[in-house]
Amino acid sequence: MLPTDNGDRKVVVDSLGVGIATGAYGVSFGAVATASGLDVWQACVLSLLVFTGASQFAFVGVVAAGGAPLAGTATAVLLGSRNAFYGVALSPRLQVHGWRRLLTAHLVIDESTAMGLGQPDARRTRLAFRVTGVTIFVLWNLMTLVGAVAGEALGDPRAYGLDAAVGAAFLALLWPRLTAWPQRLVAVVGAGAAVGLVPLTAAGVPVILGGTVAVVVGMLLTGPRTAEEAP
Amino acid sequence: MSALWVGVLAAAAGCYALKVAGLSVPRALVEHPVAERVAALIPVGLLAALVAVQVLADGRSLTVDARVLALGAAVVLLVVRAPFLVVVFGAAAVAALARLVG
Repeated sequence: MLPTDNGDRKVVVDSLGVGIATGAYGVSFGAVATASGLDVWQACVLSLLVFTGASQFAFVGVVAAGGAPLAGTATAVLLGSRNAFYGVALSPRLQVHGWRRLLTAHLVIDESTAMGLGQPDARRTRLAFRVTGVTIFVLWNLMTLVGAVAGEALGDPRAYGLDAAVGAAFLALLWPRLTAWPQRLVAVVGAGAAVGLVPLTAAGVPVILGGTVAVVVGMLLTGPRTAEEAP
Repeated sequence: MSALWVGVLAAAAGCYALKVAGLSVPRALVEHPVAERVAALIPVGLLAALVAVQVLADGRSLTVDARVLALGAAVVLLVVRAPFLVVVFGAAAVAALARLVG
C-alpha cells in the first residue's frame, strides 16, 4: 500500500497520522451536536456536507444557545470563509479542473491545507492533501455517527458536562491561532464584545457581531504598524 | 422542512460554495494584503466570541457556573499540550464533576 519512495512514504505516514488524530474528534462533534438538540441525521449531514469542523461546532453552538438556525448558518459560513483562502493558496499546486475540482474542493480544510502546503513540491502537495483530506473525511463522518448515537443514548447532556465541552472545543480550535499579539488582542476583543452583547441582542447575534467588531478593531489597531514592518 | 434542517443545508451550501470559489478564482483577485489579514483574523474573532458566549451566556443573561471551571481545565490541558479530545472531554468531565459535587 505505502509508496516505495522514502520521502513519499513519510508524507503518507505523516498525513495518515494527522488524519486519524483529527478524524477521531468527530466523536466530540457528534456528541455535542445531539446534546445541542440536533438529531443524529442532522449531525451526520453536517459532517458529510459542511465538513469543516469549526463551522460545524459553531452551528450547533449557536443553536444550543437558543439562536435561530440561520444565525448558526451565518456564523458557520463566516468561519468557513478561511477555506476559500486556503483554496487560493492550494490551487496552483493542486491543478484540478472540472468535476475533479468539485470533489477536491470538499476536502479543503485546515489540516489538509496545512499538510499540503508544508510539502516542497506540487506532487507531494497533492499526495499529502489527498491522504490527509480523505482520511479525515472517512473517520470524521464515522466518528460523528458514533458520537451522535452515544450522545442521544446518554440522556441529559448537562449531567456529563457536554454543554461545557463546546466551549473547550472552541478554545482548542482557537489556541493554535493565538501565536502573536494582534491575534490575541482580536480574541480578547471578540470575547469581550460578544459577552457585552449577550444581554442586548438575540441569541446568535453576539457571536457574529462580536467577532466582526474584533476583526475591525484588529485591522484598525494592527494595520499601519504591520504594513510599516513589512519588508 | 424544519428551520433546523434549512439552517443545516444552508450552512452546507455556503461552506461548499466558499471551498469551490477558493479553488476557482484567479489568485491575483484575492491576493491582497488586507484581504489576507481579514481572512486570518475572522476565525480568531469568531472563535473567541464563541468561547465566551458558550461559557458565560444562559439565554440572554450571563452566569458563572461549572462551565467556567471546565474552561479553566481546558486552558490547563492546552498549556500542557494535551490532544484535542483530551481537552474537550477533560473539560466535560470537570463540569460533570463540579455539578455532582455542587
